[in-house]
Amino acid sequence: MLQITDLSVTFGGLHALKDLQFEVDEGEIVSVIGPNGAGKTTFFNMISGMVTPTAGDIVFEGESLLGLDPSQVTERGIARTFQNVRLFANMTILENVMVAQHCRTDQRVFGALFQTQAFKAEEDAIRKYGEEVLSFFGSRLVGYRLDQPASVLSYANRRRLEIARAMATRPRLLLLDEPVAGMNPRESAELTELIGRLRSEWGFTIVMIEHDMSVVRDVSDRVVVLDHGETIAQGPYSQVANDPKVIEAYLGRPVGSEQTDEEVRP
Amino acid sequence: MTATSENLSMVETPGVAWRKQIRFALIGALSTAFIALAGMPVGLDGRSIIQPVLSMGFLSLLWVPFVLATIAGSEVVLEGMTARTRDSKDLLAGGIVGLGSAGGLVLLMVLIQNFNLRDPLVNWSPQLLNLLSFNRSLAVGGLLWVLLGLILGVFGGAMHVLPKKLCSRIRTVVLSVFAVSVLETFLTDLLEGFRLEVLTDFVYYKRGGLEVGGALLVAALALLIPLLVGTRIRDVKKQVVDLPAEERKRVNLILLAVSAALLLVLPFFLGKIANELLANVGLFVLLALGLNVVVGLAGILDLGYVAFFAVGGYTTAVLTSPNSPGFSPELPWPIALIVVVVLTGIVGLFIGAPVIRMRGDYLAIVTLGFGEIIRLLFLSDWLSGWFGGAQGITNIPGVDVGIGTVKGTDPRSVFLLVLVFCAIAIYVSWRLENSRLGRAWMAIREDEDVAEAMGVNTTNTKLMAFVVGAVLASFSGAIFSAKVGSIFPTSFLMLVSIIILVVVIVGGMGNIAGVIVGALVLIGVLGGPKQPGLLQEFSQFKLLIYGALLVWMMLKRPEGLVPNVRRTRELHQDEFLQDAWLKGEIDTGDQEELS
Amino acid sequence: MHLGGLRCNSTTVTLGTDVATTHDAKRISRVLWVDRFLTFIRLAFVVVIAVGLFAFIAQQIDPQNPLARWLNPDATGLTAPQFKGLLVTGLAQGAMYGLIALGYSMVYGVLGFINFAHGEVFMAGAMSGMITSNKLADAGLWEDAFLFCLAFVVITSILISTAVAVIMERIAYRPLRGAPRLIPLITSIGVSFFLQNVSVVLLGPGAKSYPSLPTWLSQKRSLLGFEIEGTKLVVLLTAAVSMAGLWFLVERTKTGKAMRAVAEDKEIAALMGIDVNRTIVTTFAVGGAMAGVAGILWGILFRSVIHTTGFLPGIKAFSAAVVGGIGNLGGAMAGGLSLGAAEATAPLVLLEPLGVDGVSQLRDAVAFAVLIFVLLVRPSGLFGERLSEDDRA
Repeated sequence: MLQITDLSVTFGGLHALKDLQFEVDEGEIVSVIGPNGAGKTTFFNMISGMVTPTAGDIVFEGESLLGLDPSQVTERGIARTFQNVRLFANMTILENVMVAQHCRTDQRVFGALFQTQAFKAEEDAIRKYGEEVLSFFGSRLVGYRLDQPASVLSYANRRRLEIARAMATRPRLLLLDEPVAGMNPRESAELTELIGRLRSEWGFTIVMIEHDMSVVRDVSDRVVVLDHGETIAQGPYSQVANDPKVIEAYLGRPVGSEQTDEEVRP
Repeated sequence: MTATSENLSMVETPGVAWRKQIRFALIGALSTAFIALAGMPVGLDGRSIIQPVLSMGFLSLLWVPFVLATIAGSEVVLEGMTARTRDSKDLLAGGIVGLGSAGGLVLLMVLIQNFNLRDPLVNWSPQLLNLLSFNRSLAVGGLLWVLLGLILGVFGGAMHVLPKKLCSRIRTVVLSVFAVSVLETFLTDLLEGFRLEVLTDFVYYKRGGLEVGGALLVAALALLIPLLVGTRIRDVKKQVVDLPAEERKRVNLILLAVSAALLLVLPFFLGKIANELLANVGLFVLLALGLNVVVGLAGILDLGYVAFFAVGGYTTAVLTSPNSPGFSPELPWPIALIVVVVLTGIVGLFIGAPVIRMRGDYLAIVTLGFGEIIRLLFLSDWLSGWFGGAQGITNIPGVDVGIGTVKGTDPRSVFLLVLVFCAIAIYVSWRLENSRLGRAWMAIREDEDVAEAMGVNTTNTKLMAFVVGAVLASFSGAIFSAKVGSIFPTSFLMLVSIIILVVVIVGGMGNIAGVIVGALVLIGVLGGPKQPGLLQEFSQFKLLIYGALLVWMMLKRPEGLVPNVRRTRELHQDEFLQDAWLKGEIDTGDQEELS
Repeated sequence: MHLGGLRCNSTTVTLGTDVATTHDAKRISRVLWVDRFLTFIRLAFVVVIAVGLFAFIAQQIDPQNPLARWLNPDATGLTAPQFKGLLVTGLAQGAMYGLIALGYSMVYGVLGFINFAHGEVFMAGAMSGMITSNKLADAGLWEDAFLFCLAFVVITSILISTAVAVIMERIAYRPLRGAPRLIPLITSIGVSFFLQNVSVVLLGPGAKSYPSLPTWLSQKRSLLGFEIEGTKLVVLLTAAVSMAGLWFLVERTKTGKAMRAVAEDKEIAALMGIDVNRTIVTTFAVGGAMAGVAGILWGILFRSVIHTTGFLPGIKAFSAAVVGGIGNLGGAMAGGLSLGAAEATAPLVLLEPLGVDGVSQLRDAVAFAVLIFVLLVRPSGLFGERLSEDDRA
């Protein structure tokens, strides 16, 4: 589904990513892990078109994504969340998921001004789909909350809303940047289960950056380990976790034995 | 609430912050001295509020100790603490602030008596001294000011000591008397239309200002009316809110229809002055609604907004006036308007396209540059063959609407025309705000990068905001042109852009109702860049006030003075408490869910 | 409340900037119509400049030749002294813009916003210079001890401008640190508007003049083949000295090092033990002092000052800062000089040969056009901007 070949990017002479090879098949859940500064978020930024690579190619469903604007990438079916939750804070929760359907809808000024049938039908559809997406997270984001600004949400709910917003763009590939960061163990266990359901019920292919090893272990088919912009290991969790190179990258500690260690972020 | 926060709530906020009081006393001293030197007491003395007790000139000084003492006395009650009980110390604190404010004035009086700084400071005059000392000796005047300052300061402090209800009553009374006095021209005009001159003759003094009796009457009414109807209005409101959504919609529609009908009838009961005033306000409502789309919804700070107003005005002038120097088709206004709209839309694209990718602050300066370039081009000899240069274009005919002609000499017709276009602009803003496009604008305002990542084509969307804003401004320009009958480059200074911006900010960015109220209050009372408002005497100070207002709004209430109904409707206090992340508590909503 | 503004400073210093630099990143984009339109505008600019220059050269060779008369039948051509005169006037004004531009550039470097009101700081300097010099002239000192008076005037106006800048920072900008970008920008517009009108209500609305300068100062001197009026020479010299002083301050002193550190990253600077607030105040103060000097130079050049004096030079100075690359101090001065030269010469060199009437009215329009052109062609300025990653987004 997504093939990345020889992807490199340099910032001021520094290699953020170097000759990265990466592939995701339809229906996979792949985790990207690695110590801080390994280039994981840059990797996401590049797929979603926010940073242009210096070399290499990104091919999504047979079409190169190079040179596309982020909005065009989203239109092609890739949606993402952000490491430091970035919601539209002063818009309501419903509006947050409604606006994400922008590229799937096409009513313009005329429809809005003259309230055409097509406009009304589309608004209804947008609203309905928005509510459907929100109700995936139980009752937390629906009901009276629909019309509240996103800024009143709790941190965990903000993360959930961000995922809902990405889902609302109707993607085929979902990029989750540290979806459980800052959540307590119970919340992250619940979200892990939901990520599994995102694949089974919604049919998304998922690439996820995560520091919480229990989430990575429970949900991913494959793990890719980045360090200093290079892939140092790839494979199923059990194999990667025992890879000496990976252990070395994580300061010589066996990955997985001290799961909570990586959750603590400054 | 958890146990810990209950314990916390026993903690009281600390006592009077004396340092803060002293700081405010100094601010008060500086303020009064500045206001006096700015010439407000002398300049505004001619306008009386209550004849012969109080003039606007004195009011410009007297509000300082009261308001500052009130502000200095207000305390932020932190989450989990209870406000302490206020006592006589707060009165003393208010008194200090009041004394400080008076002190500044007294010091200034002493200085004026002994030194002559008239050369740089134009208002440093014996006249000012006479006025400040109530035409008596310096000592008497100074003593009076100290007393006044003390009383008003204590009174300001008392606003925190007295029961809340009483305070709000006092506020209503004071504000109503002030408002009735400010609205004098308008109210007399209106009541004349209803043949109720008797009433105004009783309330108002012949040469302006309220009579003492009239002031008392207004005060009494302000006290009584809330007592009589206050609870009833609240009941009705509650009933409406409790209605099912369908019926609430119908009630709202009926209310809307009634107020629209009232507005349409209103001009026929108003005299020339009031109609003229409201027509001017309407022109600015149009402009402000347009800028509201650009700044308020899409978050693009366009400082050259006046350019679209200018293009609208000039295009209308060229197309309709027989005196247009270059090209003079003498089209009827409605047809010209179509051309104007299309042309301004294109200009919007032309200005928008180069700036749309720039950073927000660069964009502000560059749009400002475009605004100036367009004005300079209209002014230049180079294009004077088309636009008349500094001589402008004159003899612009009015709008022929079949039953009559709309032109400046008949303000009523202008107001009606403006009303129609305001209705269109309100409808357009409202519909667009609640559409796919409007949501995309808001998303861009909130976070452009994320909006782009969520599939919004930011370039096109922002350009659309530019074009919609431009078209709304061009309506205003076209009406302005027909209203005034002539058009000059001096009507399109950058000042106009700033005043529209102030209107939008004061009303509340992205808030249609707020913007309208903002235009009514600011343009109606203080006046536009060239249009006088109700307080004509303020014309030399209004720009100063606009500037101060802009800064103050940004510092204290960036969301605007008029609360945004849509956003605050559902904001119950207890929902705020759920922000577990900020408070370090566990999200209560989730707990219920999972257990 | 503002989640969108909560940009986490990523743990990784260079790599983890989540905020994509959409404006700087090169795009091999599939071309949108806007891009085509932009290319068209750039081309149009270049064509106008090229044709104008071509016609100018033709007219210089012989005003009667058909190429010169093609666009402007009344072509006369410029004599060398005329051109030199224009250039010197432009450079002198440009030096003044450069001095003001330093303030914009430094504040933008440190706080990442345009301090619109900086033009009014300059105006305050010019106004206070007017007041003190007139007082000195009334006392009869101006003619007799001109240099002493000048020094006194310069010092007072530096003090006043600095005070205005510092108070402005304290009251209007400090409470807004960390607010969304638009908020301090709008505030500074308000401050600018307010200060202009403070000047109107306190000092009156009319234009006020400086006392006349001694003849030995204003007479023309020839230098390196240029005929330069003494005043312009003073302006250029003062600008050079101030620039050198500023360079020393920023590059060679501890304060300067602190300023550069704060410009790079406020939080890290604070962790390194730098008093960020104080450094920001210093930045405003230094910018204010430069504007004060520029105010006096304005007084010497034009001998007249009014409340709107700060507006156009302010905007032009900001343009100069952008042209030179914002955050780059040498660039600000160079940008000022180029902008001054461009706006003085371009009307006669480019527009007049194109057959535009009344070109001198279009000076200001030329200045704005230069700004737009530079932003379209090289958004990071001619000499490159120096900003922290945060401010670039």
